[in-house]
Amino acid sequence: MISPEQYPVLIVVIPLLSAFIINVIGWFRKGFSYPLIVLSLIITFYLSVSTLLQVVDGGAISYRLGGWPPPFGIEYVIDHLNALVLVVISFVSLAAAVFSKESVKKELPDRIPQYYTLFILLVTGLLGMTITGDAFNLYVLIEIAALTSYALIAFGRDRALVSSFNYVIMGTVGASFYLLGVGHLYIMTGSLNMGDLLSILPAISGSRAIFVAFLLIIVGIWTKMAFFPLHGWLPNAYTYAPTATGVLVAPLMTKVSVYIMIRLMFSVFSADYVFNTLNVHDIIVWMAVAAIIGGSLLALTQTDFRRMLTYLIVAEVGYMVGGVWLANSAGITGAILHILNDALMTLCLFLVAGIIYHKTRGHHLDDIRGLYRKMPFTMAAFTVGALSMIGVPPTVGFFSKWYLILGAIDAGQWGFMAALIISSLINAVLFFKVIEVGYFEPMHGHHDDGHHEVTIDEAPFSMLAPLYVIAVSLIVVGIYTSSIITNIIAHAVPKGL
Amino acid sequence: MDVIIASYNYWIYILLMMIGLYAMLSKNNLVKKIIGMSIFQAAIIVFYVSIGAKRGATIPIIEHGHGHGAAEHAVNVMNYVNPLPHVLMLTAIVVSVSTLGVALAIILGIHRRYGTVEEDEIMEKIQ
Amino acid sequence: METKICIRPLLAILVSLIAVAPIVLSSKRPNLREGWTFIAGIIKFSLVASMVPLVLDGVRLEYTVAQVLPGMAIKLAVDPMGLMFALVSSSLWIVTSAYSIGYMRGLDEHSQTRYFSFFAIALSSTIGVAFSANLFTMYLFYEMLSLATYPLVTHHQDDESRYSGRKYLAFILGTSIGFVLPAMLISYNLAGTLEFANNGFLSGTTSKTVMTVLLIMFVFGFAKAAIMPFHGWLPAAMVAPTPVSALLHAVAVVKVGVFSIFRIITGVFGTDMLRSLELGTVVAYLAAFTIIIASLIALSQDGLKRRLAFSTIGQLSYIVLGAALLSPKGMSGGLVHIAMHAFGKITLFFCAGAIYVATRKKNISDMVGIGKRMPVTMIAFLIGSMSVIGLPPTGGFFSKWYLVLGTIEADQIVMLFVLLTSSLLNAAYFLPIVYKAFFCTAEESMFDDKVAEAPVWCVAPLSLTALVSIALFFYPTLFMRLAEMALGV
Repeated sequence: MISPEQYPVLIVVIPLLSAFIINVIGWFRKGFSYPLIVLSLIITFYLSVSTLLQVVDGGAISYRLGGWPPPFGIEYVIDHLNALVLVVISFVSLAAAVFSKESVKKELPDRIPQYYTLFILLVTGLLGMTITGDAFNLYVLIEIAALTSYALIAFGRDRALVSSFNYVIMGTVGASFYLLGVGHLYIMTGSLNMGDLLSILPAISGSRAIFVAFLLIIVGIWTKMAFFPLHGWLPNAYTYAPTATGVLVAPLMTKVSVYIMIRLMFSVFSADYVFNTLNVHDIIVWMAVAAIIGGSLLALTQTDFRRMLTYLIVAEVGYMVGGVWLANSAGITGAILHILNDALMTLCLFLVAGIIYHKTRGHHLDDIRGLYRKMPFTMAAFTVGALSMIGVPPTVGFFSKWYLILGAIDAGQWGFMAALIISSLINAVLFFKVIEVGYFEPMHGHHDDGHHEVTIDEAPFSMLAPLYVIAVSLIVVGIYTSSIITNIIAHAVPKGL
Repeated sequence: MDVIIASYNYWIYILLMMIGLYAMLSKNNLVKKIIGMSIFQAAIIVFYVSIGAKRGATIPIIEHGHGHGAAEHAVNVMNYVNPLPHVLMLTAIVVSVSTLGVALAIILGIHRRYGTVEEDEIMEKIQ
Repeated sequence: METKICIRPLLAILVSLIAVAPIVLSSKRPNLREGWTFIAGIIKFSLVASMVPLVLDGVRLEYTVAQVLPGMAIKLAVDPMGLMFALVSSSLWIVTSAYSIGYMRGLDEHSQTRYFSFFAIALSSTIGVAFSANLFTMYLFYEMLSLATYPLVTHHQDDESRYSGRKYLAFILGTSIGFVLPAMLISYNLAGTLEFANNGFLSGTTSKTVMTVLLIMFVFGFAKAAIMPFHGWLPAAMVAPTPVSALLHAVAVVKVGVFSIFRIITGVFGTDMLRSLELGTVVAYLAAFTIIIASLIALSQDGLKRRLAFSTIGQLSYIVLGAALLSPKGMSGGLVHIAMHAFGKITLFFCAGAIYVATRKKNISDMVGIGKRMPVTMIAFLIGSMSVIGLPPTGGFFSKWYLVLGTIEADQIVMLFVLLTSSLLNAAYFLPIVYKAFFCTAEESMFDDKVAEAPVWCVAPLSLTALVSIALFFYPTLFMRLAEMALGV
């Protein structure tokens, strides 16, 4: 039995190794890819959960790769914040993998092993981004995650290739900015270890170069997370990606980027530097307001269900960025909580979009007509997800909004509070528009009074099961918000705010 | 003028970056965009390599060493270039080559599907 | 006051929620399915009723369901005010279920399983609001009720119900998210708690200006109380099947709105503070305006259900007015009016539905002479109208009497005139219906003389609620006592 001390590295190594195994075995047996990926993600999920429990019990863990002490070797640091994000990533990717069985078989029948290899490499990249405590290592892992997601998106149909290409350009610019920023930090400090940087930087916090480094890094990360107005690449890329890609990428990519932003802000530059030395949080909160309102309004103009969801992701990124930059503990708590909650909500809705596409070959609003009769189980889960996006208690969406609004009141940022409320209202309009279509309009080819019996034609079990797990977790996690906050998030918020 | 000369390595990388960025944003041809992207990444690599360099320094292999005398002679850091940025750039080069590969593969796919690599023509075909 | 931990309030909420499962599972066997509704209704009512002796002894029952956020729980508490409302809603659910059977089967409606399921969920949320111990729990059940009633309002799934459903949600969800949610968060930020307190958890935390803004946000935010200009959803919601209009839009949903406002005034702001800041008058004028305007609009409505809807808007504002008077008599009048108006108005809606089932008539102008065809229904209609107008011998007399006394006690002579004018208007829009139903010449009558009532499942419930309205005149003690205890008189 492997000792729990080795779990941190295994969280990254197991999916990495299974990428090779899936690829090699895939040459001989295509059918093995799916069980293998599910198995390895179950192990990863188990490892992340037990790591989280270790952290909750005993505080942050530091793991030295190859035994080299920092700052010479690469260090993995797992504290409350990234332990939580690790669980989110492994949970979401597990659900996405379980779900993907039928859709990959249907959409990419001749490239199953290759697809799954990339799939799990992306998960590896995301897990690595989250776990690492080294600024340059982070760059490499960001690019691993990005490269695989370019490819995973390019598998899609219609405009997928073109949008993937735009994503490559934007993603590379973002990552390059980040790398450049890290270079400036290295010039000033001679270190790349985050803990080391945190201890050196306060002494030279007045330097212009540090400010430039900060600016480059934050803009780079914003490009990666599609923070309005750098969001241009996201909607097309996520709309035309294969179903399984959308289900994996949409809930995770932006959320992990938000995590990276929080990590760099507090574990490299320190809360004191970003909030007190730099006086930029007002501007950034207003940018977040623009993101929320802009994203919501753009979502309102869409007639394609999945495209609408992608604009909502843009709005939700505004929630989290704004929450962090409220610079008080309620706001940061809300932002971190929203990483978890939004991942679950987005996953739930993308699973629904995936099922609808699987059954009707489209995810236009017209394809949703009459689905409340035809697919009542899917639509019930959709309703839960929609209510969570609107922010109805006791679903998770309400609680992160609760903290974000409290933070806004504390900080006196009335614009941000108004934006959150308006966005809830717009979400209500959006989702009830979809619900109306599904509930009132008869299906294609049935133009009678609509009161006749429609036979239920539901999605396969492998799709419904993860959907229901997620839909139920939207409520269960909501009710357990208190213990998540006191045991985990309270420790992740910087002290003294 | 002194500022420019004193830190000419910065100005070179900024110039290269701008060239790359310009190509990425304004070129119509997808291949040219990718060339821009490569220049952009190369600029950053040049920047990193230059920050490790020192005038009159040599490669970071200890000269006096081979076991017996190394302990007596204190190693003078000024005599060696900083190896770390260079090593990092090996990884960065790998990353940029992979990005280039993926981008080229996507362009191939685009060419196969639309029969062109000019952005405006592709957009016409999409509509 | 003695406090006891007791799971009964939670059970009372859950019983109808759990009943949804057997209701859905027995969808192919209608009799069994409605059986489950009755069983759940009776258990619910007994649970609520079983708490009456305890509460009358001055015991407060509490139960914490879950600690959802640090310092904020889903917590239930049974006090006289909540118990009174729960008693009214749960007893009327049983009656309405019987009526639903008659109405839905009489009209051969579709999707009856969905209808009964969501009805059960709506009742759970109603009892939840009644038993909420803090503002957060109340908000949770309030939202749950809004959403559970949406499929009921839009039951017919046609274009008209689609439009009405949209309006319904726009008003109800829009105001609760747009006004109540921020107001709740600001209150939490100010007071650090959301627990209802006897003298208001907000008192003494902030300036008068902020208080005024918050109060107005709450009063408009609970748009289920239909205070103008946020009343538009109620007439629109009349597209729903009549039992829905009867129980939800005359009792459960709308009373949840006024009940919430009552809670806000007593538990969040506190009567003493509102009195010292003279904020009650603001709300009182809003309510008075609504009372008069709604009554005037009701006069001009020809659709029977629409007239009833506007009458409801006016009567709801009576209750809000009672709360806003901030005087013991006025407030107890308001509270008792929750019960009295419930029995009166549900009778009227039942009658409207019975007329529709028996004759397919919706408009008042088509009902001349209907008293000869449906005498029982129309006599019940008369009793219901008298209760709503506030004439003896019906229960409505008591609540109006106390409201009038309250205006004098609070020295609000304007409000006294508002009440009296409105009572006249009430009479003016109800009594002609009854008059024309019975007293018309043979030529004018649109119906045969032969008695042909709606099915017994329709007629029995409406007769029962009419009788209860009369009974409440002679035995109002329980409700009066609860109201007085609630206000600590």
